Amino acid sequence: MTSGPTVQQPGAAAPDPESLSAAERLARWQQAGGLVAPVITAVLAFLVGGLVVLATGSNPIEVYKGIWNGTGLDWFYRVGSHEVGLPFSDATVWFPWDTASPAAENLQQTLLLTSTLILTGLAVAFAFRCGLFNIGGQGQYFVGAYFAIWIGSSFAEMSSFLHIVLALVAAALAGAVWAGIAGILKATVGAHEVITTIMLNWVAYYVGLYLFGQGGPLQNELQPFSPTSNVVVEGARLPVFWGDPLLQGLHVGLFVALGALVAFWAIINRTTLGYEVRAVGFNPEAARYGGISVARNYFLAMAIAGVFAGLAGAIDMLGWRFSIGFSDIQSSTIGFVGIAVALLGRNTALGVGLSALVFGALVNGSATRNIPADVFEIPEQAGNLSLTIQALVLLFIGADLVILYLWAKAGQKLHVGRGSPL
Amino acid sequence: MSDRPVVLDLRGITKQFPGVLANDHIDFDLRAGEIHALLGENGAGKSTLMNVLYGLYHPDEGEIVIQGDPVRIHSPKEAIERGIGMVHQHFMLIPVMTVAENIVLATEPRQAGVLLDYASARRRVQDLAAQFNFAIDPEARVENITVGQQQRVEILKALYRRADILILDEPTAVLTPQEAQELFGILRGLTREGMSIIFISHKLNEVLEIADRITVLRRGKRVETLPAAGATEEGLARLMVGREVLLRVEKSEAKPVDPLLEVEDLQVLDDRGLEAVRGVSLQVRAGEIVGIAGVDGNGQTELVEALTGLRQVRAGEFRVAGRRLAGSSTHRILESGIGHIPEDRQRRGLVLEFTLAENLAFHEFDKPPNSRLGWLRPGRLISRARKLIQEFDVRGGGPQTPARSLSGGNQQKLVVAREVANDPRVLIAAQPTRGLDVGAIEYVHRRLVEERDEGRAVLFVSLELDEILSLSDRILVMYEGEIVGEYGPGASEQELGVAMLGGTRDEEAVA
Repeated sequence: MTSGPTVQQPGAAAPDPESLSAAERLARWQQAGGLVAPVITAVLAFLVGGLVVLATGSNPIEVYKGIWNGTGLDWFYRVGSHEVGLPFSDATVWFPWDTASPAAENLQQTLLLTSTLILTGLAVAFAFRCGLFNIGGQGQYFVGAYFAIWIGSSFAEMSSFLHIVLALVAAALAGAVWAGIAGILKATVGAHEVITTIMLNWVAYYVGLYLFGQGGPLQNELQPFSPTSNVVVEGARLPVFWGDPLLQGLHVGLFVALGALVAFWAIINRTTLGYEVRAVGFNPEAARYGGISVARNYFLAMAIAGVFAGLAGAIDMLGWRFSIGFSDIQSSTIGFVGIAVALLGRNTALGVGLSALVFGALVNGSATRNIPADVFEIPEQAGNLSLTIQALVLLFIGADLVILYLWAKAGQKLHVGRGSPL
Repeated sequence: MSDRPVVLDLRGITKQFPGVLANDHIDFDLRAGEIHALLGENGAGKSTLMNVLYGLYHPDEGEIVIQGDPVRIHSPKEAIERGIGMVHQHFMLIPVMTVAENIVLATEPRQAGVLLDYASARRRVQDLAAQFNFAIDPEARVENITVGQQQRVEILKALYRRADILILDEPTAVLTPQEAQELFGILRGLTREGMSIIFISHKLNEVLEIADRITVLRRGKRVETLPAAGATEEGLARLMVGREVLLRVEKSEAKPVDPLLEVEDLQVLDDRGLEAVRGVSLQVRAGEIVGIAGVDGNGQTELVEALTGLRQVRAGEFRVAGRRLAGSSTHRILESGIGHIPEDRQRRGLVLEFTLAENLAFHEFDKPPNSRLGWLRPGRLISRARKLIQEFDVRGGGPQTPARSLSGGNQQKLVVAREVANDPRVLIAAQPTRGLDVGAIEYVHRRLVEERDEGRAVLFVSLELDEILSLSDRILVMYEGEIVGEYGPGASEQELGVAMLGGTRDEEAVA
């Protein structure tokens, strides 16, 4: 009976060489997949978008070059000898980049969009980390915008700093309440958040049309026949720190968004609340078993998501729009783009920041003026290419699993039936 | 037996993964009409070997000989064509389809080339079931049949594809003891029809019961191939683990003191709103292990869930150290001194995506020194985890490793470590050894006895009678939501078995 090798093992259970290795491989694979899959997703989307352009008989390389230059990201490698003014003084110092070039203006527009997309993206990502799919970013963005407009266009005598802070806080709370409604419904009666947030989007939409429409309580007092809001007073506008304040220069909302990214990371990874949110998001059954209140976390996660979306509405209104009208409400989709931002960014702080930049650059770069005139017969259709690529990115995110699967397979049939999640 | 022809011969199979030699020159042969068990701990290389045979892995060295022909198998499809059928531990069935549809899937009879000829599919499945004497309804949807029946569907699927070599990967892991017995009956029937069966397992008793020959693997090497007749559990365990293993739990006489867990007339409903626990009263005293025996589905799960706040108490009361807790939240119950090793460590006991440190902090993350004013202190979590990992001998990863990458036994140690570290007065262990291999089972048993000796009250639920008998100081038998008998540790398996089936409902304890 003892003919086998008599390796004396020190402990009760043998260390498990096969699964140890599988574990290492899985971890490595996940790390690589976590970075590579979104990049592949984006690249594939652009490739297929290029085929669409090719089908119209144009040169996709020219189109993408136009888009790239339209994003303003070329600014970074257009170096030379320039000067930049120091803040709070008249002095200037040498600077390798031209801060007033057309590329600089394009970059400002890209970053304006990026700021808002970071916040709407975080609104989706935070809920996602708790296992909730927040489709309601658009509605939460609206109520944030309404409150920012209301406060920003009132209290003209208030000190500027306080006024801005008040408007931001009010918008954040409004977003929190709006998303919190869906959270409470989920926590108490189990109403699915996808349904309730979509319904709340429409409620926010029609409330806006009522508030700012003709005869509405917040309609512009000076132009009784124009369905638009009052204009945000000078003191409540976010200071522009780069570019022309009269021509949509880059405002400090960017720092609000960057601060939100840091806050997101810290809450998720460094607080007991984030621990609970992640536990519920990964495995609600285990969370319940451990004594964590699943209902409470559903509510809190939605409310915090709403804070991000509400802030997005506020920085748009106080930063460059300054008023909101019928047509703005009807055409706004930035809350929905936030879903794509969060998905491409894998619901992490860094990922959301990067993917917001990708989407911001894409939307801005593919604006009509940046696409060569010969691509489309009707110039306005050029923007459709942007939508096409956005849609393709979404489609490929859906195909993410397939990409991960192929990736896993490329790793030479590693752990069929064991480690592989597929 | 040894004069029968060899149908399958694996010679010197070697499979290397980076850093690990998963299979190291393994020889394995299968004779016509025999059940050959492949025995080994998790990670010993059983699954790798079978995946090589089934075409999922390509061996680095060695050859596969089927019916005398050396073959190379590149895919499961080729394996099936060569008459090899595999029943995986996790079934590969489509729940919304009927039994017949699942069985004929991918090789379905067709009408006009594209349409499923359902009538002839059903007929063929019926014939097949009749031929091998399977009790199964071809028209039933897979989602509506029991796990045991689903397994039979998998076996029929292999037979339908004309397999004559059947590989069963840990087939009893998902079955109740009764279902396992039925499966064994089926397997014996199949061998009489000439099938040859490879039976992968790490359970000693069932290997001895069902197999003709046993091959033991340890750390990628074949240790020995021996006839089942004459082998003993102790001997097999030693071959498997490489050292002496205590299959019987060593423990001293219990010295119970005051009751710590008192349950009075507890009533609990199940998910469908039916009475699952009907007026259970029991006591567990400090320093004793009370085992609850019973066939699965007689209210044990609901009882444990009620005692841990996971399921609403309909009526009755329970106290921990005198504190009334019926109707309290899980949080409050855990604070009051209940530790809970849950039935399903992956679904409930762990957040698999969390690191070991995060999992170990499950009850402690919101208390100082692990956090302050709502801020986690990751350094504390990690140093605490490092200590517990060492103390409880959790292997396969450090504090920052995700729990998913641990083996089942080490995952369970992680749960045990967390629950015991919380210093509970009452420890409720629900099937704590399910799916574990011998070494890990020994560990869990020893640990439960140690916790008893520390003065905790241990309530222990298991479906395995021998485990109940060897570990418990007192045994309660649960049947249809009631405690139908109380026995001492010397009770016989026979009398418990009768009680578990409702036989002594009105009689008092015999022991």
